[in-house]
Amino acid sequence: MTGLRHLIRLILRRDRVLLPLWVLILGALPAVYAASFAELTPTEESRVLYARTTAGIPSIEAMLGPVYGHSVEALATQRAGLTLLIVALINVLVVIRHTRAEEDAGRRELVAATVVGRHAPLAAALVVAAGADLVMGLLTAAFMGFSGGSLLLGMSMAFAGIVFAAVGAVAAQLTENAGPARGLALAALGVAYLVRAAGDATGSDLSWASPLAWSQYTKPFAGDDWRPLLASLGLTVVLAVAAGWLSLRRDVGGGLLPARLGPAGSTSLTGPFALAWRLQRGLLIGWSAGFLIFGLAFGGAASGAADAFRDNAELAELFARLGGGASLTDTFIATLLGIAAIAAAAYGIQAASRMRAEEGAMRAEPVLATATARVPWALGHVVFAAVGPVVALFMIGVGLGLTYGADVGDLGQVPRLIGAALAQAPAAATLTGLTVALFGLLPRLSAAAWGILAICLLLGQIGALLQLSEAVLDLSPFTHTPHLPGGEVTALPLVVLAVVAVALTAAGLWGFRRRDVGV
Amino acid sequence: MENAILVSGLHKTFGRTHALNGLDLTVRTGEVHGFLGPNGSGKSTTIRVLLGLLRADSGSARLLGGDPWKDATALHRRLAYVPGDVTLWPNLSGGEVIDLLGRLRGGLNPKRRAELLERFDLDPRKKGRAYSKGNRQKVALVAALASDVELLILDEPTSGLDPLMEEVFRECVAEEKRSGRTVLLSSHILAEVEQLCDRVSIIRNGQTVESGTLTDLRHLTRTSISADLATPLTTIPGVHDLVVDGTRVRFEVDTDRLDETLKHLTSAGVRSLTSQPPTLEELFMRHYQGAAR
Repeated sequence: MTGLRHLIRLILRRDRVLLPLWVLILGALPAVYAASFAELTPTEESRVLYARTTAGIPSIEAMLGPVYGHSVEALATQRAGLTLLIVALINVLVVIRHTRAEEDAGRRELVAATVVGRHAPLAAALVVAAGADLVMGLLTAAFMGFSGGSLLLGMSMAFAGIVFAAVGAVAAQLTENAGPARGLALAALGVAYLVRAAGDATGSDLSWASPLAWSQYTKPFAGDDWRPLLASLGLTVVLAVAAGWLSLRRDVGGGLLPARLGPAGSTSLTGPFALAWRLQRGLLIGWSAGFLIFGLAFGGAASGAADAFRDNAELAELFARLGGGASLTDTFIATLLGIAAIAAAAYGIQAASRMRAEEGAMRAEPVLATATARVPWALGHVVFAAVGPVVALFMIGVGLGLTYGADVGDLGQVPRLIGAALAQAPAAATLTGLTVALFGLLPRLSAAAWGILAICLLLGQIGALLQLSEAVLDLSPFTHTPHLPGGEVTALPLVVLAVVAVALTAAGLWGFRRRDVGV
Repeated sequence: MENAILVSGLHKTFGRTHALNGLDLTVRTGEVHGFLGPNGSGKSTTIRVLLGLLRADSGSARLLGGDPWKDATALHRRLAYVPGDVTLWPNLSGGEVIDLLGRLRGGLNPKRRAELLERFDLDPRKKGRAYSKGNRQKVALVAALASDVELLILDEPTSGLDPLMEEVFRECVAEEKRSGRTVLLSSHILAEVEQLCDRVSIIRNGQTVESGTLTDLRHLTRTSISADLATPLTTIPGVHDLVVDGTRVRFEVDTDRLDETLKHLTSAGVRSLTSQPPTLEELFMRHYQGAAR
């Protein structure tokens, strides 16, 4: 562990902006939820109704997790169920960024050749991630008033992160590159979420198989129980030790899964589009498969809502009002598609950012020094960034339609839900367009697209709760997407969003044609 | 077309750094032109301007009779480029990259490709991430040399190659030259430059400080002379760093004043004399040193 202290300082130096940002935002989120519940459900009666309602709807439990108690804090705790997913996601990315991605870039060698223990780089990444999680947990507790329950909520959130930091550490040992390592760890996170969702929707003990559930079974503000966190701690230790053990069994830069030889030549790599397909197909397949699986899983859960709806007239009325006259299942699916739209935008940004990555790694230069002109080169990637999210949304529509349609015996749901899913595409496309525009016009600020997506996500999640003005909420493209299925469709906002997306993309390509490459 | 590359008064700034400061460069068609200069002197920036990747702030640049910025795509069909630091796609094999770059350039000669793989002893099936620096360099070299083009732009192409492979590279460039191709070769390896280049340009701080054949350049430098004389001399006009030790003298003289100085020496009676022409190393050291301020 020699050199651990220096490596920790190196990571803190590199992440000095991002790390405090996510720690602060995620740490504050539960308190924001609590404030909004205090506003929206001021009376005990309304909170009991809300808690009973959500507890009766399997699909909401599937999405957020179970609700315990009906205090403002307990309701906020359930609402923070999705925050756990984000915390876990960030931890995976942070750990892989400072382990496998460093090896990829060849920087790890530079460090490993100095007086640094074999385990120090991995340990440093884990220490920083876990430390940030704990600080975030303490902030959560502080914002929520530092009671026993708030501390437990904070630590529950922290441990959701810490467990998945360790998952990221293991994934980083298995593959030879950061991309597949991320894919592996995020697939594990997806499975953990689906297992918890399925368990909570059916009320079975299946959820206990998911580390995400442990952070919710602590029941903060409703009979605090610290014991599930022992399981989180135990799993973290096991995974961290496993990662350390695996790292001894491989070379620096190597993976455990052996590298294979490739073909000696190629007949298919004929132009910039063929190259973009090779570089983008993994993303396309991964996102499409992920969206399909989520669609299938939640389509199955959605019909449960209809059952609850049948038994309870009071509930039906409440949700009819919330959903603007739409049915309960429609409201649930529309909420889900709203989240899918953000995810699709993330995919669009990721695919479009590939251009900047190629340029930064000096791989664009030799290609642009051939007879390939700049715009065709860029278009190869832009096509995937534009069409990929549409394909992924199509797949979630197919998934939702198949399982939900099979449940209610109406396969007409398939085209209906595909349509609803595709209505999300224009909003997602505006962020893809923004990424292309930044790449062409302000290449050094390319990463800002992610920040803007995060702002849109926050506006959507807490904007209405904070009662921000309409004008502010309108800044997010996702505000303008019709609430589908069930809502009213007006073509104008969708057309405007699509035009904005195309205009931004065109501006980016125009800028890229006339700027210096490699700056 | 007499000149493959004609650059004059090129300026390029990045923020506050003045990377190119009125650079001139002339490469004649059919020659191998050495492009030399200390690290950070602007060689790669010049090459990127020639490739149309960067737009010059001012000055003119012509490449194969066209404008490197406006006619980039058309010109790129007629040239091949090897960067100094080759990065490959981690999941593409070397063979795939060679075929891709060749096709993007407008086709490559399969026979030549196979022959070059053999000569450079390169396994094309390995994935990009599995290659060492030298082998990545070979991938880019094979892709460039197997293309049927008029001009090769090589930016420190042998960095990372072992001496055996460097020798193969030199043979290849010599063949390219014999078949009438023009080569712009940026390099730090003086033996390589001396063996291959017809003419060289030396740049420093974004400016051309010297340009010409190696013989021309040698004339611009000093010859070291040491002599034993019959009668001691205390002064010799027009020489540098004179050391007098009894009848022995040591000094350096500008090559264009050699004749005059030798006449002066013979008038004092020369018993023995050694003269050392300037080595290339000395030549470059003198030009490079100013940059190290």
